[in-house]
Amino acid sequence: MARSQIRQTQQPPIDAWGAGRLGLIFSLLYRFGPPRWSQYVRKNWAGQRLVIGIPYLWLILFFAVPFIIVLKLSFSEVRLAMPPFAPLIEKVSDAAYALNVNLGNYLFLLSDTLYVNSYLYSVKVAAVSTVFCLLIGYPMSYAIARSTPTMRNIWLMLIILPFWTSFLLRVYAWVGLLKTDGLINQFLGMFGLGPFTMMYTDFAVYIGIVYSYLPFMILPLYSNLEKHDLTLLEASADLGAGPVKSFLRITLPLSMPGIIAGSLLVFIPAVGEYVIPSLLGSSDQLMIGRVLSDEFFANRDWPVASAVSIAMLLLLVVPIVLFQRYQNQELAGARK
Amino acid sequence: MKSKTWFRNLALLVGFAFLYIPILSMVVYSFNNSRLVTVWDTADSPTLKWYRVLFSNEQILSAAWLSIQVAAVTATGAVILGTLAGLVLARFGPFKGRTLLSAMTTAPLVMPEVITGLSLLLLFVSLEQLIGWPQGRGFATIAIAHITFSMAYVTVVVQSRLATFDDSLEEAALDLGARPAKVFFRITLPLILPAILSGWLLAFTLSWDDLVISQFVAGPGSTTLPMVVFSKVRLGVSPDINALATIMVTIVGIGVVLSAFYMRRQERRLALEMQLAKAEKA
Repeated sequence: MARSQIRQTQQPPIDAWGAGRLGLIFSLLYRFGPPRWSQYVRKNWAGQRLVIGIPYLWLILFFAVPFIIVLKLSFSEVRLAMPPFAPLIEKVSDAAYALNVNLGNYLFLLSDTLYVNSYLYSVKVAAVSTVFCLLIGYPMSYAIARSTPTMRNIWLMLIILPFWTSFLLRVYAWVGLLKTDGLINQFLGMFGLGPFTMMYTDFAVYIGIVYSYLPFMILPLYSNLEKHDLTLLEASADLGAGPVKSFLRITLPLSMPGIIAGSLLVFIPAVGEYVIPSLLGSSDQLMIGRVLSDEFFANRDWPVASAVSIAMLLLLVVPIVLFQRYQNQELAGARK
Repeated sequence: MKSKTWFRNLALLVGFAFLYIPILSMVVYSFNNSRLVTVWDTADSPTLKWYRVLFSNEQILSAAWLSIQVAAVTATGAVILGTLAGLVLARFGPFKGRTLLSAMTTAPLVMPEVITGLSLLLLFVSLEQLIGWPQGRGFATIAIAHITFSMAYVTVVVQSRLATFDDSLEEAALDLGARPAKVFFRITLPLILPAILSGWLLAFTLSWDDLVISQFVAGPGSTTLPMVVFSKVRLGVSPDINALATIMVTIVGIGVVLSAFYMRRQERRLALEMQLAKAEKA
């Protein structure tokens, strides 16, 4: 009994440099225990409702209600919003007015190829960036998971350190590197190569996203790879499999949950990314986050901006649900 | 086996070069005398010129001060709300509406910022029409928006910290007659203090760093530092921003290393105390 409790306090190496460096990642590193009845609840004390109520009310008011307002505005009669803009469809009769305007914003999104193209482009950029994150992140996670415990802590600290520095400034750093007279082209120029146009291209956006989101890929992958039973690899080597075959048949399938979690953590926010394409991308092809922002600030068309965000949410519902399902599976796994 | 080590080292080398070369380039070029950011002026470099330029820029300084204030308020608010939510989710067991609370604390983690920003702005506008508050937008609306998205991170941090301790200590205290509030302050809070500190710093950083949500909910008179930086770098590279980045990287680097040592010592001491307590009992 005593020994098992002592073992419980010996935490995974990552905890040595602090609990909860990054919330989302830690939810993956420390699997939540199953919900349990605690005496907090059994005693049914007076403050219980207050403790539940305060964060609940805050989130209802500032997270749930705003979405209902967005949903309403996306269908809504345009006069509800303050800033000046012409109604999409003039009032013909009461019934016609209501019907037309209700769907008008969404029909507008479908009728103008700008929006559909932006959606497809955003999905493409997010997907390509996710693949590159995986290609760079997987070998790194693998190498970190197989290092000595001391080195592991140092590597993980170095992975997380950029998180604490400004995201905006880290994206900006790439401007100096990618410019036509930038450092990369200067370097390539020493070998008689280039100069290449890299700024304001899809390539620059991929670089920016991969760079910013790489830790989100590495940490869940690491937490998965670290738990692998290495005797499986020994057994497969004993039975005559080469390292490549062992990797493809054992390590890769076992790490699928980490791959899925990492990919979703990169893909979902990347679809709505605004800063990276604004600084590094071309202005010919806009990502949907930029379209929403332009629609709101430049065109001052609040209902259309609302409709764009509802449509973006619909696009992201499937990956978000997938991610939650993954987390629930992890919970079920931890309960055993 | 030899070839595998080689492969691993290569993966780490390439990966960390990718992560750190951009940051290093900003640090190095912040000491460059030339206005052209990518041309190294060998004659007059290194110089602190751009640091002087940075510190004489009133706009950046006042924006930085506003950002610090917003971030401090945000971090404190987010820690209070996030700790309550984390405690509820980790310790209160099933209750009516738990699923909704859990969904509302995890959704902001992956929600695209443009959506959060738009929805909060629409809320503030509707509230102003309905009850006359908030009048205009500024400090309060930025802080509320930042608290809302950063409390989700604090919640997850606190919740996962609580999940690493079982509730036997709390149950024992309750059995011995302590009231729940006392149990929280005497037992739960000291146990999760490292998580609360990390959560505070995390919320501070998130708020300090946020551009997109601030752009939606800020008023004309309230410009945060990322908003100034963004409008500057949109026009092209400017060397004083390199200086700003260098200062931030230095502070963060020192902070992370110090907290790593501190946390490590705390963890060891805790583990040692636990072991001693167990040994005494035996």
